[in-house]
Amino acid sequence: MTQAVDTHGDATGVEHVFREVYGQAVATLVRIFGDITLAEDAVQEAFVVASDRWRSDGIPPNPAGWIVTTARNRAIDDLRRSGRGRELHEQLGAVATSSHGPGTEEWGEDGPVRDDQLRLIFTCCHPALRTEHHVALTLRLLGGLSVDEVARSFLVSEAAMAKRLVRAKYKIKAAKIPYRVPDEADLPERLRSVLSVVYLIYNTGLDGPERALLRGQAIRLARALVELLPNQPEAAGLLALLLLSESRVPARAAEGALVLLRDQDRSKWDSTMIEEAHAIVRACIRRGQPGPFQLQASIQAVHCHADSFEATDWPQIVALYDHLFSVMPTPVVALNRAIAIAEIEGPGAALTLLDAIAPDLDNYHLMHAARGTMLRRLGRRDIARAAFERAAHLAATEADRRFLAQQIEELAEGRSP
Amino acid sequence: MGQYLLSTYAVEGEVPGATRTPEDMQAFMQRVAALEAEMEASGTFVFGGALHGPDAATVVGVSDSSPVMTDGPFVEAKEHIAGFYIINADDLDAALAWARKVVDATSHPIEVRPFRATGRIQA
Repeated sequence: MTQAVDTHGDATGVEHVFREVYGQAVATLVRIFGDITLAEDAVQEAFVVASDRWRSDGIPPNPAGWIVTTARNRAIDDLRRSGRGRELHEQLGAVATSSHGPGTEEWGEDGPVRDDQLRLIFTCCHPALRTEHHVALTLRLLGGLSVDEVARSFLVSEAAMAKRLVRAKYKIKAAKIPYRVPDEADLPERLRSVLSVVYLIYNTGLDGPERALLRGQAIRLARALVELLPNQPEAAGLLALLLLSESRVPARAAEGALVLLRDQDRSKWDSTMIEEAHAIVRACIRRGQPGPFQLQASIQAVHCHADSFEATDWPQIVALYDHLFSVMPTPVVALNRAIAIAEIEGPGAALTLLDAIAPDLDNYHLMHAARGTMLRRLGRRDIARAAFERAAHLAATEADRRFLAQQIEELAEGRSP
Repeated sequence: MGQYLLSTYAVEGEVPGATRTPEDMQAFMQRVAALEAEMEASGTFVFGGALHGPDAATVVGVSDSSPVMTDGPFVEAKEHIAGFYIINADDLDAALAWARKVVDATSHPIEVRPFRATGRIQA
């Protein structure tokens, strides 16, 4: 998670470094003191000291180490001053008996520091916490977003988000949710939950321009997970999936309306991201341990490989959806498979498949949009229009609503797609 | 080390995972006995067991003069606490692992709740 650091001591440079090192510093302080709130307060105090000093002296060569040392000393002082000496003794004692002894409290490029972040993300995404808490904790503690930034990304007030975070941290402390990378036996299941949280953060970032920050955060977290868990191909699969989705962002909207894959200007796709993702997907295939994220990445890789919509290898895509459905038999996978089937067997076959899953996805706008598309291609314009209207009614984002309004308008004017 | 309450609730008129035949009942009792023995041997068991139904409950109210007793449970609801264990566990993961064993043995859903530090209990 370490990135090139701007060494200018100006305000923007310092702000940038704070965001870069926040997650790292909090994670290490949590390991030392076993308390998230204490860790956050101490890091905040260290930032106050740093913002004065760094502006005059410049940013030190190891800003994260500087913050951790300063924060740790501050926290120890605070605990002593507030007469919580016994607590301090216990907390530091707990460190000594943990897997990392007192001699290993260093913060090199790898080793304990990176493990600290890994431990903390498993705590933030613990199954005993609810999903909205997973997301809020992960963005705040590992992403270093401010409470207000997290709040705005999820369209809630800062006060409501602050309350949510307090509640989640209270549960972690009261119930003693451990800071620990799960055992080998539990790791795959626990990792799936972490990866799903990162994927949810990314997808929320697609919902509108004011949420774009979340996409970068999600990609950063996915990259960190790949580095920290090199033997878990699903983490690599998620990173590839995010990169392939991100590569198409410049082409997926025009004048505020969604542009379908078939109509996208493929020259706008980011070829660097696609190349990186393709290399990851190929490495995953060589490993031969497919899972839901790797398969979804493979499907997107096939799309991004094609020079045009018509040149897409549809049989390959359907085969991958079949595989995906065998490991993740959800109605949404069935929906996407049906849409791919339309390109091989035609809209009639796809419509039959869609009708079979329609009751399960009656509140999902993309199911109605897919039905509308197939019905229009079959020339059943009135029912198609009703399906698009239902989709528009359910759609959550402005871009989706505008796209659907266009479809309804075209049908009303009797235009062909 | 902390202490956790593992509790289960029964809905009035229906018992989740109800044991119907005497053979089932015996197998159920054996599973519970084996689980409690395992808890005891590992130093996990503090106290616990199954409770009589809410019809057997009495509430002693708060009063300045003579104690006020009321027949019946404190909460008038369809769900009532049916049994519980109090266990020692290092952290929530350890407590959840025991909860899973209780679920496997009893077929009841289990609520896991940490004790806070008061009186004799150190969180």
